[in-house]
Amino acid sequence: MAELAHSLRDNPRLDRWLRFEADRTVRVATGKVELGQGILTALAQIAAEELDLDLGQVRIMSGNSVEGPGEGYTSSSWSIEHSGAAIRLVAAEVRAMAIERAALRLNAAPDEIAVAAGAFLRNGEPSGIDYWTIAPELDLSVEASGTVAPKPASAHRIVGTSVPRLDLPAKLAGAGFIHDMELPGMLHARTLRQPGRDARLVSLNEAAIRRKAGAPIEIVRVGQFVAFAGGDETAVRRAAVAAEACAVWENARTLRPEQATAAWVAAQPSHDRLIGDAFTDGIPARVSARFTRPFLSHGSIAPSCALALFGDGRLTVWSHAQGMHPLSANIAKTVDLPPDRVACHHVQGGGCYGHNGADDAALDAALVAMALPGRPIRLFWRREEEFACEPLSSAMTVAVHAVLDAAGRPVDWTTEIWSAAHGQRPGVGGATLLAAEALETPPPPRKPFDVPEERGGGATRNGIPLYAVGPKRIDFHLVHDVPVRTSSLRGLGATLNVFAIEALVDDLAARVEQDPLAYRLSILPDPRARHVLERAAVMAGWPRRGAGGDGRGMGLGLARYKNTAAYAAVVAAVEVEEAVRVTDVWCAVDAGLVINPDGLANQVEGNIVQAVSWTLIEEVRFGETGVASTDWASYPVIRFSDIPEIRVELVDAREHPPLGVGECAGGPAAAAVGNAVAHALGQRIHDMPMTRERIVSALMG
Amino acid sequence: MSEPITLTVNGRSHTVDADPATPLLDVLRNHLGLKGSRYGCGLERCGACKVLIDGEPCFSCSREVGTLAGRAVVTVEGLGTVDAPHPLQQAFIDEQAGQCGYCLSGILIAAKALLDRNPDPTRAEVAAALEPHLCRCGSHPRILRAVLAAAARLRAGSA
Repeated sequence: MAELAHSLRDNPRLDRWLRFEADRTVRVATGKVELGQGILTALAQIAAEELDLDLGQVRIMSGNSVEGPGEGYTSSSWSIEHSGAAIRLVAAEVRAMAIERAALRLNAAPDEIAVAAGAFLRNGEPSGIDYWTIAPELDLSVEASGTVAPKPASAHRIVGTSVPRLDLPAKLAGAGFIHDMELPGMLHARTLRQPGRDARLVSLNEAAIRRKAGAPIEIVRVGQFVAFAGGDETAVRRAAVAAEACAVWENARTLRPEQATAAWVAAQPSHDRLIGDAFTDGIPARVSARFTRPFLSHGSIAPSCALALFGDGRLTVWSHAQGMHPLSANIAKTVDLPPDRVACHHVQGGGCYGHNGADDAALDAALVAMALPGRPIRLFWRREEEFACEPLSSAMTVAVHAVLDAAGRPVDWTTEIWSAAHGQRPGVGGATLLAAEALETPPPPRKPFDVPEERGGGATRNGIPLYAVGPKRIDFHLVHDVPVRTSSLRGLGATLNVFAIEALVDDLAARVEQDPLAYRLSILPDPRARHVLERAAVMAGWPRRGAGGDGRGMGLGLARYKNTAAYAAVVAAVEVEEAVRVTDVWCAVDAGLVINPDGLANQVEGNIVQAVSWTLIEEVRFGETGVASTDWASYPVIRFSDIPEIRVELVDAREHPPLGVGECAGGPAAAAVGNAVAHALGQRIHDMPMTRERIVSALMG
Repeated sequence: MSEPITLTVNGRSHTVDADPATPLLDVLRNHLGLKGSRYGCGLERCGACKVLIDGEPCFSCSREVGTLAGRAVVTVEGLGTVDAPHPLQQAFIDEQAGQCGYCLSGILIAAKALLDRNPDPTRAEVAAALEPHLCRCGSHPRILRAVLAAAARLRAGSA
C-alpha cells in the first residue's frame, strides 16, 4: 500500500479525482490513459462500485495535465494497483462524506442510509435526495484521509464482472482515435528526420520539395528539425517522401548490420552491477546456458500522431502518449515555456506496448505549431518513420548459471544479463524527446540509466527466479553505447530473463530425469505460483505430453511479473517441421482481486500472441543509415493463420489485492514455446527468434 | 491538376474535386469526412485501410481515386452505426474482439467480403481471408470467433 500512499500524496485533494456534475454524472479523473488495454472501463467499474452508481453515471476524464491527477506514465502494469487503488479510496471516502450529510438532512443515523444508482435510500426506501442534492454541501477541496475502508470483495456487484469495453462500440463504427481529430483551420504535418543527433543539414532543396508536393505547403525549420505543413494531407505526405532525396546532411550516423545483434551488444563496454545475494566464495562447477534475443519494435499498427496549437504564449497538445503530466513538463522544458503554459490532453491512439514514438510526435507537433502560431497542427508519423525512429527494445544476452546439489537441485543461482537500457522515457535518467536533439542547443548526452529495481527493473526485470535455488543474484552488464535509442517494450527484460530461467530449469529437470512440472514443484515454495502452475498443467492435459523428439512438443513457463505483480503459468504445444507452429496455449493467471475478468483475459491473450510473435518471428535489422526493417515485409509479425488456440483461466484469489496483469503472460509464454520446441526437437534453440533457419541449422547439427 | 470525380460511397453519390492520383484513403478521410478507414502503412501490408470496391476488398491507401469514377465503395461506416450495428460489428462487441481497435475497420470489411461469398466459413477460411490484416494487440482469437459467430447469426437470419 506504500505505492497507493504515493499516488494520493502527489494528488491529495479529493476534487482532483472526483467531481459531481450538473448532468447527474460523476466525473472521475485519472492520470492513467487508455492504450487499448481497457483501463478506463476497469477504473469506471471501481468508481461505480465504491460510490454505488450505475456504470453509466460515471464519466472518466483521463490524461489531462491541467485538471487531472498526475500519475506519471501508464506503464509497468501499475494502473489498477495505483490509479485503481487511489480511485477506490477516494470514492469510498466521498461516499462516506455524502452519507453523513444525507443522514443529517434526513435526521437519520448514517447506518440507516444506503445508496443505489446515486440515490440515498433510508431503511431501503427512497429518500428523495441523492448525491447531486448533497453535492453543494460537500467540500471536496480537502485532502483524502485514506481512512475510509473500501467495500469488501464479498459486497462487490460491478467489480469482478465482465463489463464490456466502453470505448469499443465507437471504434467498431470507425471513430474514436486521435488520427481522426479535426480542429478548425487545421494543417496536416509530416517531418523529415535528422539522421542521428550529430547530423547537420547542409542543404535542403525546398523548391524541389514544393514541386513534388503539388499543392501549397509550409516548410518549417527549427535547428536541424524539418517539417512540412499544409491543408492538403496528400501533398504534405508527398513532400515528406520527396524530402529525403532533397536533403544533404553532414555527420549523419552510420550503422553496421552486426550492431543489431545481441552478440555485438554484449561485447560492448558495460556498467556492471550486482543485484541480490553476494557471490559465494569458491563456487564449485556450475551448469550454464546462454540465450539471446534481438532488438524488437513496438510495431503499433497506428503510426504516432499528435495535434498542437500555439497562441498567446500558450501551447496545447493532444497526444496518445502514456503520461500527459510528464509530456507537458518535457515539452515545456524543451521549447522553453513556463510549465503552466503547456497543456497536454490524452486522446486515444493505436495499441501501445511501451515507449514508442507517441511522445516524440507530440514534440514534433508542438515545434510546428510554435512556428505557425494560431494554426492547429496534426502531425502524423509515416510508417517507416515509426519503425526507424521510435525507441527499440534492446537486444539482450542472458546467461544463467546454477550450482547443483547431489540430487540435482540448484543451491546457487546467477542470472547474468548484457543489455542496453529498457527504460529511457523522456525526463527519466536524462533522456529527452527525439526532436530535442535537433534543436540549436541539444540536450547533454544521457547517462547510463535503466529502470531501478524498486520499480521492477528494466533489463533485470524478472531476472531473479521464484524458485528456491539458494543464494540468487543478477550479474548485470548495462551497455550504454548502442547506436539506437532503446526503451520499454511490454515486459522489458522479463521476456528473455523468464525464457532463460525456465529453459535452464527444464534442462536441470532433464539432467535428473524428472518431469519439468514435478521438478518445478519440488523447488517452488510460493503457494500462489504452485497453484497457477498446477492449474495450467491440468488445463493442458500435461500427463499426455509424450516423450518428445518427434516434432511434437509441450513446454511450460512460469513467472510472477516483476516478482510483485500477477502470476502466470503457460503451457504451449508446438509442431516443428522446419518451422515452429504453436498449436495451443493454456494459461492460468492469479491477479488477486480481478476488476474485469474478460478484460483481463483479453490482455493475457494479446500478451501471449505478441510473445509467440517475438519468439518465432521478430527481429529489427540495421543498415548503413539506421534501422533497415522499416515496413511489415522486413519486420514481419504474426498473422491470423499462425494464431494458436488460446485458453485463459483466472484463479479465484479475490481475497488478495489486485495485481497488474497486462504484461504477466509474455515471459511465461515465450518460455513455454521455447521449452516446447526443445521438447519437440530433443535439442534446445537458445536464440530468438526461433526461425526456420535456426531450426534447420539445429537439426543439421 | 484537380478534377471532379464522381463515385458512390456507402450508397451515396459524391463528386469530389481531387487530383486523380490522390489515394482513395485521403479522399475518404479528408474530402468526405469518413475517418473510419485508417492509414497504417501506405504499402498494402497491414490492411487498416481496406474498403470494398464493387464488393471486392481493396487497399484504399494505394488506390488512386481517379480509377474509381462510377464505382461503388463501402467503408466501415457503411456497415452499421453504434446504435444500429451490422451483425459483424455486434459479434465483435459480443466477443469483445478488439483491444486498441485500430485494425478493426479493415478487418470488418474483409470479414464482410468473406461472408458475402462464403456464408459458412471454417476457422481456417476466416484466418485465410484475414491474412492480409495485422492486429498487433493480439485480438486474433476473439476476432476469429466473432467472424464465425456473425456468420452463424447471418445464416440463421436468412434461413
